Amino acid sequence: MTNYLDFEKPLADIEGKAEELRAMARANSEMDIEAEAKALDAKSAALLQELYSSLTPWRKCQVARHPARPHCLDYIDALFTEFTPLAGDRNFADDHAVIGGMARLNDQPVVVIGHEKGNDTASRLKRNFGMARPEGYRKAVRLMDLADRFKLPVVSLVDTAGAYPGIGAEERGQSEAIARSTQKCLQIGVPLVSVIIGEGGSGGAVAFASANRLIMLEHSIYSVISPEGCASILWKDSDKMREAAEALRLTAQDLKSLGVCDQIVAEPIGGAQRHQKDVIEAVGRAIARNLAEMKKHTPEDLRKQRREKFLSIGSKGLAA
Amino acid sequence: MNWISNYVRPTINSLFSRREVPENLWTKCDECGTMLFHRELHDAQNVCTNCNHHMAITPRERFTAMFDGGIFTEVPVASPLADPLHFRDQKKYPDRMKAAQKKTAETDAMLVAEGEIFRTPIIAAAQDFSFMGGSMGMYVGNAIVAAATRAVELGRPLVLFSAAGGARMQEGILSLMQMPRTTVAVEMLREANLPYIVVLTHPTTGGVTASYAMLGDVQIAEPNALIGFAGARVIEQTIGEKLPEGFQRSEYLLEHGMLDRVTHRKDLKEELVTIIRMMMHLPPPIAGDLPAPAETPAEAPATPAQSAPKPKAEAKPKAAPKGKKK
Ligand SMILES: [Zn+2]
Repeated sequence: MTNYLDFEKPLADIEGKAEELRAMARANSEMDIEAEAKALDAKSAALLQELYSSLTPWRKCQVARHPARPHCLDYIDALFTEFTPLAGDRNFADDHAVIGGMARLNDQPVVVIGHEKGNDTASRLKRNFGMARPEGYRKAVRLMDLADRFKLPVVSLVDTAGAYPGIGAEERGQSEAIARSTQKCLQIGVPLVSVIIGEGGSGGAVAFASANRLIMLEHSIYSVISPEGCASILWKDSDKMREAAEALRLTAQDLKSLGVCDQIVAEPIGGAQRHQKDVIEAVGRAIARNLAEMKKHTPEDLRKQRREKFLSIGSKGLAA
Repeated sequence: MNWISNYVRPTINSLFSRREVPENLWTKCDECGTMLFHRELHDAQNVCTNCNHHMAITPRERFTAMFDGGIFTEVPVASPLADPLHFRDQKKYPDRMKAAQKKTAETDAMLVAEGEIFRTPIIAAAQDFSFMGGSMGMYVGNAIVAAATRAVELGRPLVLFSAAGGARMQEGILSLMQMPRTTVAVEMLREANLPYIVVLTHPTTGGVTASYAMLGDVQIAEPNALIGFAGARVIEQTIGEKLPEGFQRSEYLLEHGMLDRVTHRKDLKEELVTIIRMMMHLPPPIAGDLPAPAETPAEAPATPAQSAPKPKAEAKPKAAPKGKKK
């Protein structure tokens, strides 16, 4: 763990000190630092516990965007077998910000679709930081159609700051592509389970997340606008993102109370970025369980269920 | 708080404002600077008579101009929870709402109505940019669901006039959820085989374009309307380039294959009727006043695909070929 978030700075100091001590001890075998290093370890563990048991909405945004968090491809590699990527929208291009293909989850064939942010400079550029162009949404529509025809459940992994704002994207109908993808989510007669693994940014997320079941990681977020964007519009000051994050009620916990999110998958203390394997496995179990629950549902049931779910959202608010 | 001034006066104002357009006031056109008398502008549905610049028009003004004889009936919209997130920025959301309601004398940013255009029964929904930028919140979602439900109930087409900066941030995720929610409404029309026609007006951007406003069977835009997903400033900041001339305007979208038509406001009514009547397998419309509708013989039962109850006013066109009833 080298990527500390700004609010983790005190933690970085303690862990740095412990690391320094141990390095000195390695260089000089006479030194006995074990007791002192252990004390520092205990101190950092306690601090981590303290920080992560009461993350503010803005800190959750930072955790949700943490570059070391497991991304779409990490989940696909660990949870699925026989993953066979399928490319292209048959119209203009293949959008590398969106991954899609067939794969097996515990032997059950499914179609998996997700935003991929990348994990180093080269892959981030290739993936356009997980910001899809119209081709990405059109590829998703094509894959959802394929899933529908061959009765394959769909799993979508959502992790995007939003759809890409660019000239070409607009010219090729970004808004229409998102609208069609949302529409397709609502039309398919197979189960659609969606997991927000990091950032659920606005319409670009809705296009994949209009699902029968929406699972969110404990520190993931789903919002109509980024806190920075909201702050600059409503507060006329983009530094007010903490206030905006608070006001937008974008945490998994608030979204569960509002009936938008169906299930929260817990992250161990320190977040998914410190516990990749555990979190990925927990997500795998949650997807499998939700798919199993919908196994017997007819296509009509599934469509009706989605429709009723979205029509009823908004019937309950949050406590003051 | 004064109950009279808050609730009664706005309604009365809105009743009168439709009829009493002052003769002696003028407005300056933003585009060409021409001074336009209010009466003249009102008669032209807020389009500059010099340069054809399409100014904003409220849903009520639009409906009054569009529906035959200016007559329409409002379709009731379910009231959503007020301020479900207890949202507060520099102002409280309920205060912003009250100010917008006072300014516009409307409940929220969308008006739904049923009525006839050239004796063709339709449901119409129009978004009100003057109400918090037309922003899509739960009320707008409820309005679109109500419009689609009523259209299906009566077997009528839905014509939707969009105008919005995007989603209503003060309703957070619940405003975002109007994207799938309104898409469900579009699906209801689709399953009932009823035409859904979208007229995009200036401006239509953000989550609104990325849902119901781009899912029409026919997509029409008023001239020079700003239509897009991302805001121009965001795009410029992201790519660090100047945007091309006419970017995200109706004519530009038409050239890029994103629209069916760009139509002047004064021609919209006729065009809508023409399209709708073909889609509904109705005979061509008759322009001008028709004789009283009372003696129209009872209609044969319609098949589901064309289940629109015929307007009572339907009269057989004299010159036009007999509309195929199948
Ligand atoms: Zn002018």
